Amino acid sequence: MTAQAAPAQGLLTGVPRVVNVGVDAFAGPPRAAGATVTAVDWRPPAYGDPELGAGLARLVAHPAVEAANAEALERILGVVPLWTDVRPAGELIPELAQERLLLHAGPPIEWQRMCGPMRAAVVGAALLEGWAATASDAEALAGAGAIRFAPCHHHDTVGPMAGVISASMPLLVVEDEATGLRAYSNLNEGQGRCLRYGALGDDVMMRLRWMGERLGPALRAAIGSLAEPVNLRSVTAQALQMGDECHSRNTAASALLTRELSAALARHAELGGIEALDFLRDNNYWFLNFSMAASKLALLAGHGVPHSTVVTAFARNGVDVGIRVSGLGDSWFTAPAAPVDGLYFAGYGPADANPDIGDSAITEMHGLGGFALAAAPAIVGFVGGTPEGARRVSQEMATLTVGRHRDYRLPGLDFVGSPVGLDIRKVVDTGLEPVITTGIAHREPGIGQIGAGLTHAPMRCFTDALSAFDVPPEPGE
Amino acid sequence: MVLRNAVHKDLYADSVALMRAAARLAEPPGVETISLVMGTPANRDVLARSGLLTTPGHDAGPNDLLVAVRGEPDAVDTALALVVDALSGPGEGPGAGPKAGADAGPPVRSLVGAPAGASLALISTPGPYAAAEALKALRLGMHAFVFSDHVPIEQEVLLKREAARRGLLVMGPDCGTAVIGGIPLGFANEVRAGCVGLVGASGTGLQQVSSLLHSMGSGVSHVIGTGSRDVSAEVGGPTMRAGLDALAADPVTEIIVLVSKPPAPHVAEQLLRHAGASGKPVVACFLGMDGTVPAPAGVTLAPTLLEAARAAASLAVGGTLPPGEELPKLPAPAPPRRLLRALYAGGTFAHEAALLLGPALGDIARTAPPPVPGAAPRLPDRHLVLDLGDDEFTAGRPHPMIDPTVRTEYLRTALADPRSAAVVLDVVIGHGAAPDPAAALAEALSEAPVDTPPVIAFVVGTDDDPQGLTAQQRILRDAGAYVVDSSTTAARVCAELLCAGVDLMLAPGSAATSTAASASASASASRIGETA
Repeated sequence: MTAQAAPAQGLLTGVPRVVNVGVDAFAGPPRAAGATVTAVDWRPPAYGDPELGAGLARLVAHPAVEAANAEALERILGVVPLWTDVRPAGELIPELAQERLLLHAGPPIEWQRMCGPMRAAVVGAALLEGWAATASDAEALAGAGAIRFAPCHHHDTVGPMAGVISASMPLLVVEDEATGLRAYSNLNEGQGRCLRYGALGDDVMMRLRWMGERLGPALRAAIGSLAEPVNLRSVTAQALQMGDECHSRNTAASALLTRELSAALARHAELGGIEALDFLRDNNYWFLNFSMAASKLALLAGHGVPHSTVVTAFARNGVDVGIRVSGLGDSWFTAPAAPVDGLYFAGYGPADANPDIGDSAITEMHGLGGFALAAAPAIVGFVGGTPEGARRVSQEMATLTVGRHRDYRLPGLDFVGSPVGLDIRKVVDTGLEPVITTGIAHREPGIGQIGAGLTHAPMRCFTDALSAFDVPPEPGE
Repeated sequence: MVLRNAVHKDLYADSVALMRAAARLAEPPGVETISLVMGTPANRDVLARSGLLTTPGHDAGPNDLLVAVRGEPDAVDTALALVVDALSGPGEGPGAGPKAGADAGPPVRSLVGAPAGASLALISTPGPYAAAEALKALRLGMHAFVFSDHVPIEQEVLLKREAARRGLLVMGPDCGTAVIGGIPLGFANEVRAGCVGLVGASGTGLQQVSSLLHSMGSGVSHVIGTGSRDVSAEVGGPTMRAGLDALAADPVTEIIVLVSKPPAPHVAEQLLRHAGASGKPVVACFLGMDGTVPAPAGVTLAPTLLEAARAAASLAVGGTLPPGEELPKLPAPAPPRRLLRALYAGGTFAHEAALLLGPALGDIARTAPPPVPGAAPRLPDRHLVLDLGDDEFTAGRPHPMIDPTVRTEYLRTALADPRSAAVVLDVVIGHGAAPDPAAALAEALSEAPVDTPPVIAFVVGTDDDPQGLTAQQRILRDAGAYVVDSSTTAARVCAELLCAGVDLMLAPGSAATSTAASASASASASRIGETA
């Protein structure tokens, strides 16, 4: 940009193409006179904070930020998530084996502030690890500070709902060859009464033990015997053409992944391969944890680009939700967890619901879930919407991202790429809160899932992150 | 009597739309008070202090529409049910945007989402947000027309510096009008296409000059507003200079007119020098500028809006114009009628009138006590030239060019005041103005007592405007007003009426060339003919 460019370049040479911001009626006369007028459905940006709005304006079309975001997007899209292994968490994350450490979903939280379902999951994990003999013993242990807690995200791991992970639980390993990055998630327990939803009981504990003793080793042997690791990007891309959005609907992807492994599992019957196949036959959520780990891997690659405003994590612990931003280091920007607007199982209602919980919203940050809602007509019915509404959500989310996925395509929108690279600038500018598809846990410990629906990432996370963002110097300033 | 609040999540409407909707919803009997505001902390506080805040209004957020209604239960419920519809009437609220069809995609919610190739942002958000929107426009490579006022002047300086760096133009803040290549922006008139390009720091002044050019058979290439403070010492006239340059480079423009209240002296000097170097004839109307400043070759100084229009029109047609209209002969006021009551919607007209009449009338009040709800306005015991578009009269309600309510109250009072010797009214029509602004004034005139002071009115606009110049003039004439062609002429008529025998000073430093008895538009035209 030269110091003094030509005055009012181009203004008087043609019919202006007008964008109207503010009083709607002003759009009429120029339009009637033959100008193209785009009416902006405007509202005060930055949740009405003029000072933050002014800071935001200085980041609009900023060359350093645009370049950083393009770099972050390229890194995210460049990741090829390969499922290579299943191993006990304690082997992959040594601290889990060395101390009484439990990982949990969402941003950091201490025992005293944890919600009911997460407390229940902590109790279940303490029982599983043999740290306590009874639920009350486990609670006393946690209350006494004898258990350390850390977010899954701090160990490149993601866990759905309560996301509580202990040393003996098997984790799936996803790797990107080019960068050498790895990410982990636990194995999905299925639907209904699950530890991740805060359900407790013999049935829950028995399944967890079986998963560690039989399912994990069988899967490990099966995946190890394949000619090459499973490319989860291909599975996801196919599943999006088959009605999944790979957050709240994983039916097709789960079937595809099971098909990939079934012969190998059958060959390892002695380790539990046939039991595994029986288990997978009923588990429509099986792929969720793979979708999450693959998303986490991609966003890990996109994290840490200086000046990038791309969100690289969104996670909820049932009390707080938080985001991380590529150019803002390891800080969490948090807000109170939002309620979930959804449908409930018989006998339950909104009063029973825990606020938004789980690391699974990492999928939205990778262009899946709510961002890919246009791919999943079935789940739209489940949350009370229409296919038209689902298309609209995906279109709206595309106004908040820096780009689109090259491989993940949305049939409902003429196979356009799903929106990827949530940009805090755009969220704060438009006042649109990102849409998340999610399950609903009962707020009391020990009960489990009671429904599913849609929720939003609260604006506060984004305004706080933007407040922390420094405007990079600009050439010519 | 009940009080109810309702909160509509994520429903934003600008305050003008909210006030209009509230006015409509308050009409049915049984509704005592209704307030529609965005749920900002400040607005919630205002409602709380008025005793209008209850649940769920306490929890409204800044992007939520908060409705508070007090009245009879049935009427309150009806009003609450009609809020969204009232906001989505023609030209109101979010519904006025592009139609959300199946394939239209989601509405654009920010400038960043505007289609590629957008070249000009028309910004009319509340003042605290306007500079940020304008900066976004510039950063995205668009020119900006900023209608919003209440933008801090240091933000204006930064914006205009940024615009210059990028070779873009910021019209405003507080820019009322522009016509770019025939496309009207903000408040603008349907004027004939022609060879006269205008740049001005006064919106109504630009409307007056461009409409007069149209009525004189001439036409305009472009009208560029700069915002009222562009020519101040702090801002330094960057937009007027850039606008001049743009018009100088524009092949359609042959003559350039500058319109402004007086710029800061050094800014005026720079601008005149700049105008002299433009290579095209320039008519500069800096209302109230020190008349001793010499004009460079090629620059004609016009002391009034009418003279500016006549000078430019005569340059455009390449000869002298036919004389202007004869001044109406008004009966001399009888005691105790002795005071002027000039009630303007256009601030520039008030400025011009005070300038023209000040030397003749002496002490003129420029303010009056702001209206108190439920009480008739009070008028000072002095001549009064009032700008009803001023902040103190527009707090919480639209500008008098849109909403005649406040001015009508002052008009009724002035008509009933036995001291009033003359009442002056301006009626600005065109895009953005009220659909029938003359009607409300005419109604007040027809309801006035039998013995009223003469009312002198002028209509700014053209017959191609939606309201129609001739039609609006007829309404005023039928109601008994003396209708003249321009703001300048209206001031002259008052001068003749109120100080017969006193010379009307046209511009400081210039000798008045006509006696009051012969003062007329034709006399001034011949003088302009000499200077042009």
